[in-house]
Amino acid sequence: MDKFTTLTGIAAPMPLVNIDTDMIIPKQFLKTIKRSGLGVNLFDEMRYTPDGKEIPDFVLNQPAWRESQIIVAGDNFGCGSSREHAPWALLDFGIRCVISTSFADIFFNNCFKNGILPVVLPQEAVDHLMDDAKKGANARITVDLENQTVSASDGTSFAFEVDAFKKHCLLNGLDDIGLTMEKSAAIDAFERANAMARPWA
Amino acid sequence: MTAPRTLYDKIWDDHVVHTSEDGTCLLYIDRHLVHEVTSPQAFEGLRMTGRKVRAPEKTIAVPDHNVPTTAGRETHIDNEESRIQVEALDKNAREFGVVYYPVTDIRQGIVHIVGPEQGWTLPGMTVVCGDSHTATHGAFGSLAHGIGTSEVEHVLATQTLIQKKSKNMKVEITGKLRPGVTAKDITLAVIGKTGTAGGTGYVIEYCGEAIRDLSMEGRMTVCNMAIEGGARAGLIAPDEKTFQYVMGRPHAPKGAKWEAALAYWKTLFTDEGAHFDKVVTIKGEDIAPVVTWGTSPEDVLPITATVPAAEDFEGGKVQAAQRSLDYMGLTPGMKLTDIRVDAVFIGSCTNGRIEDLRAAAAILKGRKLAPGVRGMVVPGSGLVRLQAEEEGLAQIFQDAGFEWRLAGCSMCLGMNPDQLAPGERCAATSNRNFEGRMGRGGRTHLMSPVMAAAAAITGHLTDVREIMAEAV
Ligand code: SF4
Repeated sequence: MDKFTTLTGIAAPMPLVNIDTDMIIPKQFLKTIKRSGLGVNLFDEMRYTPDGKEIPDFVLNQPAWRESQIIVAGDNFGCGSSREHAPWALLDFGIRCVISTSFADIFFNNCFKNGILPVVLPQEAVDHLMDDAKKGANARITVDLENQTVSASDGTSFAFEVDAFKKHCLLNGLDDIGLTMEKSAAIDAFERANAMARPWA
Repeated sequence: MTAPRTLYDKIWDDHVVHTSEDGTCLLYIDRHLVHEVTSPQAFEGLRMTGRKVRAPEKTIAVPDHNVPTTAGRETHIDNEESRIQVEALDKNAREFGVVYYPVTDIRQGIVHIVGPEQGWTLPGMTVVCGDSHTATHGAFGSLAHGIGTSEVEHVLATQTLIQKKSKNMKVEITGKLRPGVTAKDITLAVIGKTGTAGGTGYVIEYCGEAIRDLSMEGRMTVCNMAIEGGARAGLIAPDEKTFQYVMGRPHAPKGAKWEAALAYWKTLFTDEGAHFDKVVTIKGEDIAPVVTWGTSPEDVLPITATVPAAEDFEGGKVQAAQRSLDYMGLTPGMKLTDIRVDAVFIGSCTNGRIEDLRAAAAILKGRKLAPGVRGMVVPGSGLVRLQAEEEGLAQIFQDAGFEWRLAGCSMCLGMNPDQLAPGERCAATSNRNFEGRMGRGGRTHLMSPVMAAAAAITGHLTDVREIMAEAV
């Protein structure tokens, strides 16, 4: 998992409330053998016509937001099915942070497992950032996990809360595997002892 | 002096890398078996994070679930998703440098048959695979678990698994088995007695004279279905038979290492007075040839019984039994031996080994499939297939009218082209009779290879002892 420390980037404004995981990645893309590669199908049904053409009005199809790394979203982002394909698709597209007033619980946790930071802020803060996001490449938003702040392009800074352990894991890029790898000295030692005691294994 | 320990305790203790304050352990994994269905996202995860497979020489990959069992599969797989998964395994295995048996390799087969056959599975080891029937390897006195895809990635990257210890359960089968009764009947009878949740939270150690008397193949059949009893793993203490089976296998230790291994393996037994949290005892002579009538592996009855009624059960099982009866198209009170079959499937990781094929062939020799019945034999590995051909078993099956297929999971789960049609009824040597398992709407009766052979001859579920009594 990639570390998340600070991020300055373009934010896509998606003021729609209740964006569910079916919208984020429709079910026909769950048969994949991959976690990666889902980015092209992110928001598939909002983004493409049934015959596969881009819908020009959709935010991520517009030149100003094609390179977005942040989404500023309406309430209750990520509700619906628990599919981990949703954060996989966001990440593959390049989104590392989603800002909203609220998130669905499972999606919220799945984000952390995949190196995405979901930030919960009060309505006024989200409104302020939404305005910024609407300016596209002209207004970059900065997210600082260490200091737990989000700064708008005019310098206004908003503080956010995050679980200390989740913060630790994200700052250091640690998932379960990462955490186990912190114990690699113990694994090395075990392997050495094992090679003596049970050389056939 | 340490307190007396069970076999499970001993293997566990020898593999703990680290223990957290809350008792969660990091367990070292000696062998990681990999197949095409549950591994693609795990390898992908490694690629995305720039990680390597920590111990490629302890990681063994083989495609089995999706592969067709007909000729030409090396060059073409019709179903696109299956083909993509098989190709992904091929690419991942080569890129990450793990041990690999592609479909073109004579050693290819069902992962749980290939592991022991090649000597990867050894006593006292921890073995995992992204497949619940990994319990099979417990027959060698190894601790063998099924794991999920995220855990597959964890093991690939770290060669360890985060685990909490299970409780100890002892299943003792005393005395001798009667003629016509096999390892499959033992394991089904245990599930029939304990239920599919009876083993939940436990690791089972099978013991007793009837278990000792079983061959290694039979012991694998017993452990294979520990999972159907809800247990995480099932194991059997290694003995001379185990050592004989292992000796000389390609990846078994040789020379001085063999001697050292043998000395260690001989310490792998449950100490006198060790504590079991749960004990189940069944008399070997009480076990009859059994079949399943419903859609849960616990729906087990002796072949001499009749189809039960939903009212015979209690609680939530009443509704489940009714649903099973409807799905299976059975009427309460009818004799099990009056149930006609359309197909017979001999194979799977439960009963796809050479001994299973020998046993079925012994019944089928000189006989024919009943008219209208479709028969399929799918050896568990390319080597089992070869051996069966050399021993003349393949000829017996073909003379009887069976299709003689290439190795793979085949009909056991119908992810490949081998499937039942809706409403088709099958006598099967596999391990799951769930709705739709062998194909949408397909009806599965689980049984031993000899019982499946008997059903093939008569066209209905049959007590194999009657066939055995007939002189050929
Ligand atoms: S034979 Fe059946 S149970 Fe065994 S590994 Fe294959 S699909 Fe799973």
